[in-house]
Amino acid sequence: MSGEQTAQDETKAAHMADVAIVGAGLIGASLAAALGSAGLGVVLIDRLPVSAQLAATFDGRTTAVARSSRQALEAIGVWGRIAAHAAPILDIRISDARLDPSGGPAPTSRLHLHFDHREAQRRGGPAAPMGHIVENRHLRAALFEALETLPAVKIFAPAEAVEAVRDEGGVRIRLADGRIIRAALLVSAEGRGGRLHEEAGIRIRRTGYGQTAIVVTAEHALPHLGVAQEKFLPTGPFAILPMTDDPLSGAHRSSIVWTERDDLVPALLRLPDSDFQAEFARRFGEHLGAVKAIGPRFSYPLSVQTAERLAALRLALVGDAAHGIHPIAGQGWNLGLRDAAALAEVLVDSHRLGLDIGHASVLAQYERWRRVDSLSMIAVTDGLNRLFSNDLAPVRLVRDLGLAAVNRMPPLRRFFIQHAMGLLGDLPRLLRGEPL
Amino acid sequence: MASTTTTVDAAEVERFARMADEWWDAEGKFAPLHRLNPARIGFIRDRVAGHWGRDPLKPRPLAALRLLDIGCGGGLVSEPMRRLGADVVGIDASEKNVAVARLHAERQGLAIDYRADTAEGLRAAGETFDVVLALEVVEHVARPELFLECCADLVKPGGVLILSTLNRTAKAFALGIVAAEYVLGWLPRGTHDWRRFLKPSELARPLRAAGLSVEALAGLVYSPVTGRWRTDPDDLDVNYLLVAAKPA
Repeated sequence: MSGEQTAQDETKAAHMADVAIVGAGLIGASLAAALGSAGLGVVLIDRLPVSAQLAATFDGRTTAVARSSRQALEAIGVWGRIAAHAAPILDIRISDARLDPSGGPAPTSRLHLHFDHREAQRRGGPAAPMGHIVENRHLRAALFEALETLPAVKIFAPAEAVEAVRDEGGVRIRLADGRIIRAALLVSAEGRGGRLHEEAGIRIRRTGYGQTAIVVTAEHALPHLGVAQEKFLPTGPFAILPMTDDPLSGAHRSSIVWTERDDLVPALLRLPDSDFQAEFARRFGEHLGAVKAIGPRFSYPLSVQTAERLAALRLALVGDAAHGIHPIAGQGWNLGLRDAAALAEVLVDSHRLGLDIGHASVLAQYERWRRVDSLSMIAVTDGLNRLFSNDLAPVRLVRDLGLAAVNRMPPLRRFFIQHAMGLLGDLPRLLRGEPL
Repeated sequence: MASTTTTVDAAEVERFARMADEWWDAEGKFAPLHRLNPARIGFIRDRVAGHWGRDPLKPRPLAALRLLDIGCGGGLVSEPMRRLGADVVGIDASEKNVAVARLHAERQGLAIDYRADTAEGLRAAGETFDVVLALEVVEHVARPELFLECCADLVKPGGVLILSTLNRTAKAFALGIVAAEYVLGWLPRGTHDWRRFLKPSELARPLRAAGLSVEALAGLVYSPVTGRWRTDPDDLDVNYLLVAAKPA
């Protein structure tokens, strides 16, 4: 009897939720907003205080928000808070380029691939942008603002989950300060550094690319006109993503994802400013006039990792915890958001049926739905990178011809655009812009 | 055997009791029921909520309705019904099933009144319910007509009865027995006897005789592509559901 009594006392003291999400990053917070807006009780746990995540120095990256992802953000009441900071992508140009050995600006191969947003429109519909570039710090701020309006979501941050016991009856999480959380389901949105999957015996396959992405902001003399560029240099892709003009100075800006071999990156990051600017301008090219890298130089080692399963007993993995992909096509966050939207839909539908949302039969629906989509995206981005990070003459010729061929075939090109915009496949309701 | 006083077939009860421990294993012997559950529970929720003019997507759409789940097994339907707000009585002729269901509900923190009893037992005790469910039961009882009459008597005036079973068609034999038990191995061989399947008209006749009106019929159809079941009002060939209402 005393055991039952203890269990009852603890239940009284515990915070009860339907879903406990570990990791309040972009995907964890999006999932919390989706579930919370549908009335499910959510606990969102993160080691860092919210204020630290919102600091300008926390994350220098930008996110390419695909059209379907924007529709999902609209449906969960987040997009309106971001719209002013979002630069539309009206055109994507992909080219194969070499570096001029004399140090001049990169000459662009004549053959190139060109995607115009007007090609993706459905007949009769308006030509909406293919996507938007948003600074991660704005995305984070908007998500946390939206979460504050949702009474069903409780944020525990900073908080450390020191123990997570999952059994047939439910999940019991103990925080470092002794607080107890009980939920029907535990979600790992921990990103690449998570450990909940290990406790569940889910293995992660990890492949390093030997590449690191340098992320900086560029200011350039001429406006980018909504054009995103991906230049495939032999050391890795160099992406120029259109940002909104600087709100204070009015300067034209682009976000740069500059990929280099791992061994070259530390030296590049240490270069004195004038040398760094010269290396930068050499890759950027002259098409937007005088150009300068501004602000801190961030760097992120690139790897692709895949969890062998997306679910275990009362545990689901979303975002990079499930599959970190190469950022070559800007699809990592969009893929993670598709996880969040699919999981939210399965959980909300099951909750409305009175089913146990942590039960294996519910998680199996999520796993089946997501497996195909994430594997195809990993294969596409991994293949693109391997094809383009190569300077062998025959390979270069083949891919130039290939790009030119895709460029001349409108139906195939439309397929690529729609894939990049996230409009293909069995889409969760949120990504179609419908409420849960 | 006192076959005149009970509709329960002892051999059938024993067969399910052996499987009782596996009720809640999503990949175990009852995997087909777990896969079927979202479609049939969605149908029940929508019909019952609609009957009382409630929004099925709002929280607890079945609140304060007294619901009987006949042949509750491990509680796969009773538990969702409780979460949707109903006051649930779950009965099963197998003591072991009831024990499994009771244990599971306790662990889930759900208050459900499980009893090892039969429809005849409850009728004799004079109990009545707003909603009576008998899902995948009638094809296993010894005397279906008597069982259906009993179900009808358990419904309060103004209440509803929802039944599900398999149709006695060639397609049901091919899919419900040959495919499910022998090819796919979803169900243990011998789970169903095709001769005991009932046509919709054979379900409806005794219910109408007992004063109920048939409100709806819907098929349950499995899509091998999506791996999901859905309801289809036009395909009653294999699994189907019937809704009958008792006048107020």
